[in-house]
Amino acid sequence: MRLHEYQAKQVFADAGIPTPDSRLASTVEEVMDAVDEIGYPAAIKAQVHVGGRGKAGGIEIATSAEEAREAAESILGMDLKGYTVDTVLVEAGVDFENELYVGITMDRGEGEPVAMVSTEGGVDIESVAEETPEKIAREHIDPAFGLHSYQARKVVFEAGIPRDVAMDVASILSTLYDLYESKDASEIEINPVMITSDREVVAADAVMNIDEDALFRQPDLAEMEDEAAGDELEAKANEYGFDYVRLSGNVGIIGNGAGLVMTTLDLVDYYGGAPANFLDIGGGAKAERVTQALDMVFSDENVDSVVFNIFGGITRGDEVAKGINEALEGFDEIPKPVVVRLAGTNAEEGMEILNEDLVQVEGTLEDAVQRAVKNAEEVTQ
Amino acid sequence: MSIFVDDDTRVVVQGITGGEGKFHTEQMLEYGTNVVAGAVPGKGGQEVAGVPVYDTVDEAVDAEDADASVVFVPPAFAGDAVFEALDTDLDLVVAITEGIPTQDMAKVNKRLSEVDTRLLGPNCPGIITPGEAKLGILPGNIFESGDVGLVSRSGTLTYQVVSNLTERGIGQTTAIGIGGDPIIGTSFVDALEAFEADPDTKAVVMCGEIGGEDEEQAARYIAENMDTPVAGFIAGRTAPPGKRMGHAGAIVSGSGTGTAESKIGALNDAGVPVGDTPNEVADHIEDFL
Repeated sequence: MRLHEYQAKQVFADAGIPTPDSRLASTVEEVMDAVDEIGYPAAIKAQVHVGGRGKAGGIEIATSAEEAREAAESILGMDLKGYTVDTVLVEAGVDFENELYVGITMDRGEGEPVAMVSTEGGVDIESVAEETPEKIAREHIDPAFGLHSYQARKVVFEAGIPRDVAMDVASILSTLYDLYESKDASEIEINPVMITSDREVVAADAVMNIDEDALFRQPDLAEMEDEAAGDELEAKANEYGFDYVRLSGNVGIIGNGAGLVMTTLDLVDYYGGAPANFLDIGGGAKAERVTQALDMVFSDENVDSVVFNIFGGITRGDEVAKGINEALEGFDEIPKPVVVRLAGTNAEEGMEILNEDLVQVEGTLEDAVQRAVKNAEEVTQ
Repeated sequence: MSIFVDDDTRVVVQGITGGEGKFHTEQMLEYGTNVVAGAVPGKGGQEVAGVPVYDTVDEAVDAEDADASVVFVPPAFAGDAVFEALDTDLDLVVAITEGIPTQDMAKVNKRLSEVDTRLLGPNCPGIITPGEAKLGILPGNIFESGDVGLVSRSGTLTYQVVSNLTERGIGQTTAIGIGGDPIIGTSFVDALEAFEADPDTKAVVMCGEIGGEDEEQAARYIAENMDTPVAGFIAGRTAPPGKRMGHAGAIVSGSGTGTAESKIGALNDAGVPVGDTPNEVADHIEDFL
């Protein structure tokens, strides 16, 4: 789960990391009130979950009331890579001399967090990592001990951070690690940290991604989730608690287990169709979950046909069949043809229960996928 | 022969009194697994499916001479449960639980490097040596004893490929789910190494998926160290970048690493044929045997 910049900055500020004076605004008038209080120059920044906001026109610097109004009018309501901007952060502009990068993420290869510091801040850090990896200093962190202060100092000096601000940057890095650990972040980043002309360090941006599996112990952060920020169907999936990703095709896909569902997607593509979604009902799903899953996929108007692919282990075929029956018996006419393939635990019991007047049954994965692709083709012809 | 488990393996089930723990203990017993004890704090002295329950893993191991554990503990407590298992001298711990916070697993991973215990998972279906023992949630009836080893990051994909093999009369030595999370215990390379050393394993299936670089590492290992032929499958060719496809492992980062393409390429370069469908994987294995 990704926090908005203003949310992450609030978390940073509460922990003692210096951030610029700022206000949240959702109308042009609110922006004008905010710049009145903050003064000029002021940055007006779209609060949406997309990378590269600046390049896409989502961040403007205003040096006068006229510019502030223009920026507010152009950014509020704009479409930024598919997301509508309805909130901006109005922030005091920082008069800076240098821009730095500091971040902490999980190095999954090592199974340990890694702290990264670079003097190349304010730019796309992924391209720095790819093109000039030597410009990013790294320090792995033993998760049992956390980031020792000496390690924070070491990586900051290694990165070549100017000596007069190095200890301040090391202190920010230590605070970031404390937040990374205590808030169950999967990624935490400030790009850029600005060094002002007074040699102060300020977090001019803030990125914080939270491990969704840990939200149960982060109730305050869980509340910050902005469901409206995503796709409408993805928001619905969130409500049901499904792993769901909307895609651009017309064959709806429901299955159990990420690997098998991805394989079903791949096979739809392989047999000439186009997947409309990824939907994993998870392990051990009961009939009700199955009904919700069908409801989800039927709500996507791009879906022309559905394939249900279950290989039971912890999930039981009879439960799945019950759910499919319940979902489909409610319709006078089945909205889209549904192909079902059941295998594994209690699959035979499931096949006996399944109402074959409502669905098409196939015995193998390949046959089920091909039939669903054909069903979709017939609709589009 | 088999790797990691056989009919001598003596199993403790952590979380045996929970719904999943109880159901799958019964399934494991029915399969013939030596489930000798359960461990649930506060439930010591009870019995589940005829198996005695102890308050701690330590007690269970001492009393019943267990050498492996299977963890069916909810995600919030599962990290602690694995630590508890690693604090005894078990040979093998199998963590079935899905959704353990990554930072908990980073700590577990650290402890793992300090002990001799092997961890499978978390977020895995477990391990089965057909006809001898199964530790986990795999549906026993689709497996058959035979010559092929299988290692996979995905549970349901394992079942799919195994059924493709079994339908053709190709049995398995051992099938291992290593789990789909970003931080796991036993890796592809560890499992491949064990299969290479097992004289009864004549060919190996490796099922990978998008995300991380474990498949690329495995490809390097196969090229340099393996005589046993390997066939592969990679799930997630159609996954869009930056989207989390289900569990934490299956995500392609924006910078293009961890894609199906790079994994298939690395495997092909190592001489590993990769099937376009699970059925094609079985074709390749048939060719090897």
